[in-house]
Amino acid sequence: MVPLVSEEEAKVRIARRIAEEFAGADHELVINLGVGIPTLVANYIQKADVFIQAENGILGVGPLAVGERIDRQLINAGRQPVTETPGCSYFDSAASFGMIRGGHVDATVIGAFQVDQDGNIANWIIPNGKQLGVGGAMDLITGARQVIIGMQHTTRDGKPKLVKRCTLPVTGFAEADLVVTELGLFAFEDGKLILREIAPEVTVEALTALTEAAFIIAPGLKTMAA
Amino acid sequence: MGDRDKFRTVAEAIALIQPGSRIMVGGFGLAGYPEGLVEALAASGVGDLTIISNDLGSPGVGLGKLLTNGQIRALVGNYYNWNPEVGLAYSRGEIGVTLVPQGTFAEAIRAAGVGIPAFYTAASAGTQLGKGKETKIFDGRTYVLERAIHADVALIKASRADDLGNLVYYKTARNFNPLMAMAAALTIAEVDESVPVGSLDPESVVTPHIFVDIMVRRV
Repeated sequence: MVPLVSEEEAKVRIARRIAEEFAGADHELVINLGVGIPTLVANYIQKADVFIQAENGILGVGPLAVGERIDRQLINAGRQPVTETPGCSYFDSAASFGMIRGGHVDATVIGAFQVDQDGNIANWIIPNGKQLGVGGAMDLITGARQVIIGMQHTTRDGKPKLVKRCTLPVTGFAEADLVVTELGLFAFEDGKLILREIAPEVTVEALTALTEAAFIIAPGLKTMAA
Repeated sequence: MGDRDKFRTVAEAIALIQPGSRIMVGGFGLAGYPEGLVEALAASGVGDLTIISNDLGSPGVGLGKLLTNGQIRALVGNYYNWNPEVGLAYSRGEIGVTLVPQGTFAEAIRAAGVGIPAFYTAASAGTQLGKGKETKIFDGRTYVLERAIHADVALIKASRADDLGNLVYYKTARNFNPLMAMAAALTIAEVDESVPVGSLDPESVVTPHIFVDIMVRRV
């Protein structure tokens, strides 16, 4: 099937919209970005007092390193070579997860295979016998103050990723705060999933057809920037 | 430095590793792992090893070599998707794999080094990785009891050392190295550079020499 929004456009839209969430903060923020779409969020952050933490032991991750700036001992948690920002610091993995588990990280932005209507997140494994890894996902989801999920609205074959109940192994329970897809922005409030913004390409009916999870439409539903 | 000198050749250091040992190896991906020690361990052919590390490098690269050589009995770690040979070996029943969430992994190693037998964390509660683990509710939230992770030997990487074994690290090459230095019965550090005692700023020392038994120079 032809997607309503191309994959490339979807990724950019999701990353840009998540970056916007941080733009309004009136205090400094420390955020952790997962691999995939979440990494792209950094490209759209304009605020100087948003600091990116990577769980392999750096606070103050700068843009990806290219050419001569590549230092294979300076990487992010996705093993990509990165640069450091002024005021950057390094620490061991226990201190890094101390920041995360201790609630010092304001937000974690992660991808997901599925998020269900109770805010449960499945993002660490598709049990196909090929994957064997958990990373920092379980620690991040339970530890960060805000859990933001950036993912495409459906799977490659068109199945909803916002589901009634996760069928894949769960990473953390009732931890999702915000879900941003190319078709909408959903927030969990008092355990309920609320649609706050909708993409210009879809109607509420069309979006409902692509969403298995039950959701409530926010009064004053806004159109998401394309 | 006489008998206080901790420097050995890589061959002398690796000769201390017995088959069947539990070995911690520092590093995250290919950053901050002791390349020379890992190469020598692979060349030694010492087998039946349990490797405790964040990941297993890439196929045939770094720690990946130990798997290719059939030296590994079991893995305790966090993320093996960068080395698909791990998943294959596991599904063929050739090796055991214990997956631990990364933060729990780091803290369990730290705990071992600082005399704490177990601790509670919310990570993995109710999930497949928390299965069978004791839980306790504190302030309405469920936590999983995690045991400290010990090892016979830690192979770690530092950028600079003085002759006593005080260590300084480099950028994200630090990762698990300072934790593993504390957690093993025998800690062997590979260092890029060594300097005389007294020339490191004491405020800059990350791993005090008490945690380091043997050092080798990166060649």
